Amino acid sequence: MLQSNPAPQQDAKPVLGPAAFLKAKAAWRWPEFLFWISAFALILLLPNRHLLLNEIAILGLFALSLDLILGYAGIVSLGHAAFFGVGAYAAGLLTKYGVTEPVSGLVLSGVAAGFAGFLASFMILRGTDLTRLMVTLGVALIFHEIANRLDWLTGGADGLLGVAPGPILGRFDFDFAGTTAYVYSLTVTFLLFLAARRIVHSPFGLSVKALKDNRLRAATIGIAPNRRLIAIYTLGAVYAGMAGALLTQTTQFVSLEVLDFARSADALLVLVIGGSGYLYGGLIGAIAFKLMKDTLSAMTPAYWIFWMGFILVILVLIGRDRRMAGLARPFAPLLRLLGARRP
Amino acid sequence: MLTILFDGIAYGMLLFVLAAGLAVTLGLMNFVNLAHGAFAMAGGYATVVLMNRFGVPFLACLPLAFLFSAALGLLFERTLYVRMYERSHLDQVLFSIGLVFMAIAATDYLMGSSQQNIHLPAYLQGRITIGGVGIGIYRLFLVVVCGLMALGLQWILAKTRFGSQLRAAVDDRRVARGLGIPVVKVFAITFAFGSGLAGLGGALGAEIVGLDPTFPLKFMLYFLIVVTVGGTSSLTGPFLAALLLGVADVMGKYLVPQLGAFIIYAMMLAVLMIRPQGLFARGR
Repeated sequence: MLQSNPAPQQDAKPVLGPAAFLKAKAAWRWPEFLFWISAFALILLLPNRHLLLNEIAILGLFALSLDLILGYAGIVSLGHAAFFGVGAYAAGLLTKYGVTEPVSGLVLSGVAAGFAGFLASFMILRGTDLTRLMVTLGVALIFHEIANRLDWLTGGADGLLGVAPGPILGRFDFDFAGTTAYVYSLTVTFLLFLAARRIVHSPFGLSVKALKDNRLRAATIGIAPNRRLIAIYTLGAVYAGMAGALLTQTTQFVSLEVLDFARSADALLVLVIGGSGYLYGGLIGAIAFKLMKDTLSAMTPAYWIFWMGFILVILVLIGRDRRMAGLARPFAPLLRLLGARRP
Repeated sequence: MLTILFDGIAYGMLLFVLAAGLAVTLGLMNFVNLAHGAFAMAGGYATVVLMNRFGVPFLACLPLAFLFSAALGLLFERTLYVRMYERSHLDQVLFSIGLVFMAIAATDYLMGSSQQNIHLPAYLQGRITIGGVGIGIYRLFLVVVCGLMALGLQWILAKTRFGSQLRAAVDDRRVARGLGIPVVKVFAITFAFGSGLAGLGGALGAEIVGLDPTFPLKFMLYFLIVVTVGGTSSLTGPFLAALLLGVADVMGKYLVPQLGAFIIYAMMLAVLMIRPQGLFARGR
C-alpha cells in the first residue's frame, strides 16, 4: 500500500497548440516514403512497362485533382474531364504553334485550365448537389462541343495531329519505350502531389475541409465559403489541366476523347476504388484501375465498360464504411498511416 | 415555321414521357437515378425485337414495352435501388452510372452496336395539312398520346388516393409510415411505373431520336435538364420544361445548325445559375 501512484499528468496527452497540431498532421509517415521510392524504383525495375506506368501516373494525377475538389471540398463533379481536356488541347496547340518545350507548355496549359476552372467555379457556388452535378456535366459537354466544332483549330473528331514536343528542358528527348515520358510524368505528379499535400495540411486546407463538413457552421465561425471554394476548384482545374497536358505531350496526340464523359467517370471510379480525402486514394486507385482495365480488356476487349460498371455498382453497394471496415481491414493501419480518415 | 414548332412540341412531349419517371424518382423521391435512360432503352429494344422478330403490330408493342420496362424497373428497385435510397447523392450517382455502363455493354453484346430501326405502320406515316401547316401524322400521334399521358399522370398524382399517398410518403417518410401508408410499396410501384413510362417513351421515340446502345448516356442530360429546369415540386414544371427544351432543340437544329447543342447547354446553365431550384418551382 505504500506504492506511489504515478502522477496523472504524465498519462494525459499533451494538448497541442494549433501550429504543432498542423505540424503533427503534416508529418511524413514511413509508408509514404515507401510509396514514392517504389514509384521511382519502377523506372529501373520495369523498364518495358513504362508506357503503362506513364498512363497510371497521369490518371493518378487526374484523380488527385478530382480528390482535391471532391474529397476535400465536397464538390461533386460529373465533368472534371473539361479541365483535363482544356489542358490537353492547350498543350497540343502550344506545341504545334511555337512552344515546343514541354515544361513551359505544361505550366501554360495548367494556367489555361485554371482560368477555365476559375470561370466555371462561379457556377458551382449556388444550389444543391444536383445542380452542381448538372452544371459540371453541362460545362464538360460545352467544352466537348466547342472542341468538336472548332475543327479548323482542334482537328474536330479526327483529333489534333502533328504534336511534336521538343526535348524536356532542352535536354531529354522523348523515346519510344516511354522511359522519358514516365520519368517526366512521375516527377510532375510527385511535385504536384507535394504541393497538394502542403496545401491540404495548411490552415487553408483545413478550412476547406470544414466547409465540406458543414458549410453553415464553417461560415458562422468566420470561414468565407465562396472564396475558398473558388480557390480550391481553380486549383483542381489546374491540376487536371496539367494531367491533360502530360497526356498530350507523352502521347503526342489529342483527340476528343480527352473531354469524354467516360473520362470524368473514370476519375470517379478511381476515387471510389482508392478512397477519397487523403490524397493517396487517387494514386492507389489509379494503379488498381489501370491494372484491372488492362486485364479485363485483354479478356473481353469490347465489353470492358460492363466490368467497369459492375465494379462501380458492387463497390457502392457494399458501401464506403463497410468496405473500409471489412475488405480493407488488413490494410486499415497502413491506410491510416498514409493519412486516411479513421475507417 | 409552324411545322418546326409543331415538331418541337411533339419532341418535347416525347421528352416529357421519357423523363416523367425521373421527375418522380429524382424530383419527388430525391433519388438521383442517372440510369433512367437505360429503362427507356429497354422499352425501345423490346419494341424492336417484338416487331422485327415476332411481327407484333406497332400499337400492340407499346403497352408491352411499358410492361417490360416496368417489370425491369420493379426488379431492379426491389433488389438494388431499395438499398440506395438513404445514401448520399454521390453514391447514388456512382451507382447509377455503373448501371448505365453495364446496360450499354449488355445491350451492345445482345443486340449489336448498330442503330435499330422501327418500321411504322402505313397509317402513321405521311403528312397532312391542317390550316396550311404541314404536320407529320406520327408527330400528331405522339402529341395526342403523350398529352393524354401527361394529363393522366397529373390526375393520378393530384386526385387519386395513390397520388396523395405518394406525396405524403415523399414529404415525410416516417410520418407517412406511421399513418399506415405502405411507403415501401408505394415507392416500388412508383418506380416501376416511372420505368414503364420511360420504356413507352423509348418505344415511341425510337423512330424520332434513334436507338442504339449509347442511348442512356446520350439522353441522360436531356432527362436531367427536364427535371432540374422544370423544378422538382410538381409534374407541371417538368412538362413545361420538356416542351421548352423540345421546341428549343428542334428550332435550334433547323434554324442555326452550326450552333449545334450549344443552345440547350447554354440555356440550361443560364437557368441553373439564375434559379438553381428550377424555372417553374417555388423558391425554397
